[in-house]
Amino acid sequence: MLKDITIGQYFPGQSFIHKMDPRMKIISTLLYIVMLFLAGNLMGICAGILLLILMYQLSGVPMNMVTKSLKPVIPVVIFTSVLNIFFVSGEVLLKFFFIEITREGINLAILMSFRILCLIAGSSLLTYTTSPIELTDAIERLLNPLKKLKVPVHELSMMMTIALRFIPTLIEETDKIINAQKARGADMESGGLMQRAKALVPILIPLFVSSFRRADELAMAMECRCYRGGDGRTRMKQLQYSHRDWIALTVMAGAIVVVLLLNV
Amino acid sequence: MSDFIEARGISFSYAMEDDPNPIRVFEELDLKIKEGEMVAILGHNGSGKSTLAKHFNAILQPDEGQLLVNGMDTRDNNKLYEIRQDVGMVFQNPDNQIVATVVEEDVAFGLENIGVEPAEIRRRVDDALERVGISEYKAHAPHRLSGGQKQRVAIAGIIAMRPRCIVLDEPTAMLDPAGRREVMKTILDLNRNHGITIVLITHYMDEAAQCDRVVVMDSGNVLLDSNPKDVFSHVKMLKSVGLDVPQATEICYEINKAGYPMPTEVLSIKECADELQKLIERTYAAKRKAAKLSQKK
Ligand SMILES: Nc1ncnc2c1ncn2[C@@H]1O[C@H](COP(=O)(O)OP(=O)(O)O)[C@@H](O)[C@H]1O
Ligand SMILES: [Mg+2]
Repeated sequence: MLKDITIGQYFPGQSFIHKMDPRMKIISTLLYIVMLFLAGNLMGICAGILLLILMYQLSGVPMNMVTKSLKPVIPVVIFTSVLNIFFVSGEVLLKFFFIEITREGINLAILMSFRILCLIAGSSLLTYTTSPIELTDAIERLLNPLKKLKVPVHELSMMMTIALRFIPTLIEETDKIINAQKARGADMESGGLMQRAKALVPILIPLFVSSFRRADELAMAMECRCYRGGDGRTRMKQLQYSHRDWIALTVMAGAIVVVLLLNV
Repeated sequence: MSDFIEARGISFSYAMEDDPNPIRVFEELDLKIKEGEMVAILGHNGSGKSTLAKHFNAILQPDEGQLLVNGMDTRDNNKLYEIRQDVGMVFQNPDNQIVATVVEEDVAFGLENIGVEPAEIRRRVDDALERVGISEYKAHAPHRLSGGQKQRVAIAGIIAMRPRCIVLDEPTAMLDPAGRREVMKTILDLNRNHGITIVLITHYMDEAAQCDRVVVMDSGNVLLDSNPKDVFSHVKMLKSVGLDVPQATEICYEINKAGYPMPTEVLSIKECADELQKLIERTYAAKRKAAKLSQKK
């Protein structure tokens, strides 16, 4: 049952966006988010939506994936909209007792809602078109300059890689332990919140114990394979910017200029 | 053939924090392993096999005595990475030795650590994957593979570093029979066709029977050290230290003990079947002869 959980939501493909350098995909995503926040009116947001549709078309990721990624943020969108509608002061349109609804409030609510929706859909495209390992790899390389400031960039990315590697293994193990405890008569489905929380203890303890043993063995296996941190390490896969990446960068920069022009 | 690994009177004990008496694993142990040999190490749980294996690539260092790998002393900290490149290690649980989220990335891990050029890494990774027969899975996530395939990924990660010796600590203990066969086939190929020295720690006697030499350990001592035929003829001694013999050997031993003229130095099922057939033919012939004799009377 737990096996169905997948981390990341990589959608393999061969599109223009899939083939982009993961570093540029991260940069482009960040630029897109900047663009959304620079957009000060509906025209700007429309440009953002247009660009988003264009990118999804280019990536070949089906549009129903967009709605899937947006579902969890709908409460957030509603919440911020309500806040904006009722608490922004300005030209009053409607008035019940002490609640005022203003034109500015409605404007800001619409703007904010579309901003959040575009932001989530845009960054989901990054995880749809980039495998977790490419992502960690790209993050390591983008953050590389921070090594000079003594930020343990290599160690952080190694931790991310190992976490990604072991999540499926631990999920499988949790499944086994749950079944083993059920076979011994453990009851996990009934009872109140406290009782269910208590039922988790016999699952978490074996999981912790085995995780420590795994960590121990993994550390030794890494040592056997001459691991000694990031110094002097090379990588099999070299990342290389290509014409695609420069096109993407130009498009994103262009989009920001357009939004700035629409603001005035 | 020259000695590749040489233990000269090594002693080792695990120091325990809360116990003043350290656990002594072995004392004054001598062992030589020749280049190109395929050696099995047998012994019941806790007899010190894993501890000894960890000495072979300088994960552990002897308290006393000397352990030489290709002439390098494992206590020389400057030679650590050279030794670990020469002697690769494969462990029991394949899940706990695969580091990366993609098969080929994991095979590249060791080479990346020692700073090999990217193009050369690519070549060696493809070569290693080919050699263990998992090229078609190179872009897969390791957790999607079977146990035998995972263990072969681990072996590929080691042979990509071009070691001269591979130490395998119960590599088949967690596998099903099919996975066990795959792994044994791979190990045998590496030894027979590529001249890699193999040290195989195992609980399966049929695996040990396929090696050139079998070393039996008991509480930190070398009890027997010879070719498989010779070692497995000591059925009583092996049983007394909690070990088995291959099934074929056991059958022959029991028949022999029951008083029939059956050789006990038999390892494979085929040999056993042949010997049994011979025995039956001989007894049958003898019976016919006896019957003829009594008819004449
Ligand atoms: N990390 C450790 N710390 C303390 N004692 C250990 C450790 N590893 C093994 N031992 C002890 O050393 C002895 C030999 O263990 P080991 O080498 O694992 O044997 P084998 O692999 O033959 O089962 C055992 O008595 C075991 O309890
Ligand atoms: Mg062991």
